[in-house]
Amino acid sequence: MPAAILDASVLIGRSLRHTRRALDTLLIGVLLPVMILLLFVYVFGGAIDPGGRYLTYVVPGIVLLCAGYGAAGTAVPVAADMTTGAIDRFRSLPILRSAVLVGHVTASIVRNLVSTALVLLVAFAIGYRPGADPGQWLAALGVLVLYLLAMSWLAVCFGLLASSAEGASSFSFVILFLPYLSSAFVPVDTMPAVLRGFAAHQPLTPVIEAIRGLLAGAPDGGTVALAAAWSAGLLALGYGAATYLFGRRARR
Amino acid sequence: MVYDINSSRLSKRYGATEVLRGLDLTVRAGSVFALLGPNGAGKTTLVRILATLVEPDAGRATVAGHDVVRERRRVQEAISLTGQHTAVDELLTGTENLVMAARLRRFGRRDARRRAAELLDEFDLAAAGHRLARTYSGGMRRRLDLAMSLVRAPRVLFLDEPTTGLDPRSRQTTWDAVAALARAGVTVLLTTQYLEEADQLADRVALLDRGAIIADGTPDELKARLAGDRVELAVPEAAAALAVLGARAAHDAARGTVTVPTDGSAAAVRALLNTLDTHGVRVDRVAVHRPTLDDVFLTLTRG
Repeated sequence: MPAAILDASVLIGRSLRHTRRALDTLLIGVLLPVMILLLFVYVFGGAIDPGGRYLTYVVPGIVLLCAGYGAAGTAVPVAADMTTGAIDRFRSLPILRSAVLVGHVTASIVRNLVSTALVLLVAFAIGYRPGADPGQWLAALGVLVLYLLAMSWLAVCFGLLASSAEGASSFSFVILFLPYLSSAFVPVDTMPAVLRGFAAHQPLTPVIEAIRGLLAGAPDGGTVALAAAWSAGLLALGYGAATYLFGRRARR
Repeated sequence: MVYDINSSRLSKRYGATEVLRGLDLTVRAGSVFALLGPNGAGKTTLVRILATLVEPDAGRATVAGHDVVRERRRVQEAISLTGQHTAVDELLTGTENLVMAARLRRFGRRDARRRAAELLDEFDLAAAGHRLARTYSGGMRRRLDLAMSLVRAPRVLFLDEPTTGLDPRSRQTTWDAVAALARAGVTVLLTTQYLEEADQLADRVALLDRGAIIADGTPDELKARLAGDRVELAVPEAAAALAVLGARAAHDAARGTVTVPTDGSAAAVRALLNTLDTHGVRVDRVAVHRPTLDDVFLTLTRG
C-alpha cells in the first residue's frame, strides 16, 4: 500500500474510533434528524398536506438537513486537534501533512451515511415508499456523498479558523438553518418574494430537488447536473481553503 | 566533531515581538543539551523551528545534517518531538495511542502491537494500557506522550518542558528515560525552567533570555562564572559581625544573615568562626553554599 494511503487509513481509523466513543455526538446526530422527521410528518404534515403525501416530499429534505448538520460537526474535532499538542505531533512526523484532515473528513462521510440510513429506515417504517430504481438510488447516493464531502471540507476550514472546539460547534447551527430557507420542507414558490429569491438560488435547493427527483424515480437531468456542479464547486473551495489554512500554520 | 543541531543567525518575529534574534546554537551528536530560560525567552519557538513546525524569518538551521526548511522530510525521519502540550489522544486507550504512533512510523500491524506492549511496560503503564487516556493522571499522560515519541528510537529528540507540572515520581521516571536515551547515543535537546533539571541531565546548558543566548557551557563552567562557595552565618547582631569581618561580608537584612566568600575548606570555616568568637559575636547557625545554576541565571539576567 502506498505510504500516503496507509497514513490516511491509520488516521481514518483514529477518527472513526472518536466517533464511536463520543456517544453523545453520535446520538444527537441520529436522534435529531429522526425527531425532526417525526415532527414534520406528524405535527406539521397534516396542516401542510392533509392528503398524507407530505412524507414523500419531506424525506429528502430531512436527509439533507441531517447530512449538513452531521458534516458541519467535523469542525469540532478539527478545532480540538488544532488547540492541543496533537497537531504538532502529526506535523512533525514524516507523513502526508493533510492525512489528519482526510481522516476527519472520511469519518464524517461514514458517520453521516450511517445516520442517513437510520433516518431512511424510520421513514420506511412509517410508510415512505419511494419509486426509485437501483440506478436512481445509486445516483442519489452519489449526489449525497458529493454534498457531504463539500460540507465536511467547509467544516474543516471552519475548524481550522476557530480558536476553540466550542467556537467551532457554532458552524453546525448555521448549516442547520440553511435547509429551512430552501425547498427542503415546503416548495419555494409558497414563500414571500424576498425569501424566494434566496431559497430558489441557494445550493441546497438544487441538491434537495435532485435527490427528491431521483428518489421519486423521475429525475431531472438539469437539476442533477446543477446539484453536482454546486457541490463540486463548494468542495473545491472547501478543500482549497482547508489546504491553504493548514499550510499557513507553517509560517507562524 | 559531529553536530546534530546547528543553527546560525536564526531569527523569528511575531508581529512587533522579536522572539529569536540571530540565534547561533550547536549541539554535539549524542549529547544532552538543555535550553534554560524564563517564559517568553524563545525556547519553544526555537524547538518548533528545529522540529519543522515553523519556518524561521531569517537564518538557517540543520538537524541531523539536513536543512529544516528545504529538507523537512529528511529531518522528520530523524527526529521525535514531545511538545509542551501533550499530544496524547484522550479518546484512545494507551495501547491504541502507541499502536497509532507506531503505525505512523511505518510499523506493520503486528509489530506495532508488540512495540506498544514493550513501551507500556517500560513506562510503567502496562496496567493502564486498555484504559482511555482521558482517565490518566497528568504524570501518566506525560509518560505516554514520551513513549509515543520513542516508538522508533530517534536520532534527535526534542523535549519541550518535559516535566513542567509533574509530580516528583513522574519527573524521576522522565529523567531516567532521558538518561537512558543519552546512554544509547540519542541527541537530546530539552527546554526547561528548572535549573535542577538542566544540572541533572545536561552535558551542556545554554541560558536563553529574550531571544538570545546569554551564556552557555557545561553546568560546572557556568557555576564557576560566579564567585566560589560562600559561608552563610545567621547572626542576631549583624552590625557587630560586619564590624569584625569588614568589606568582604555581605548583609542580608531580610534573612538576618551575613555571607562571606570562602574556599569551602573546614580550616577556613573554623578560622572564620574563631575570629567571630574572639570578638564576642554570637553565631546561631552556619551553612556553606555552593553556587547553583539559579545564582548564575539570576546574576546574568539581572544586568
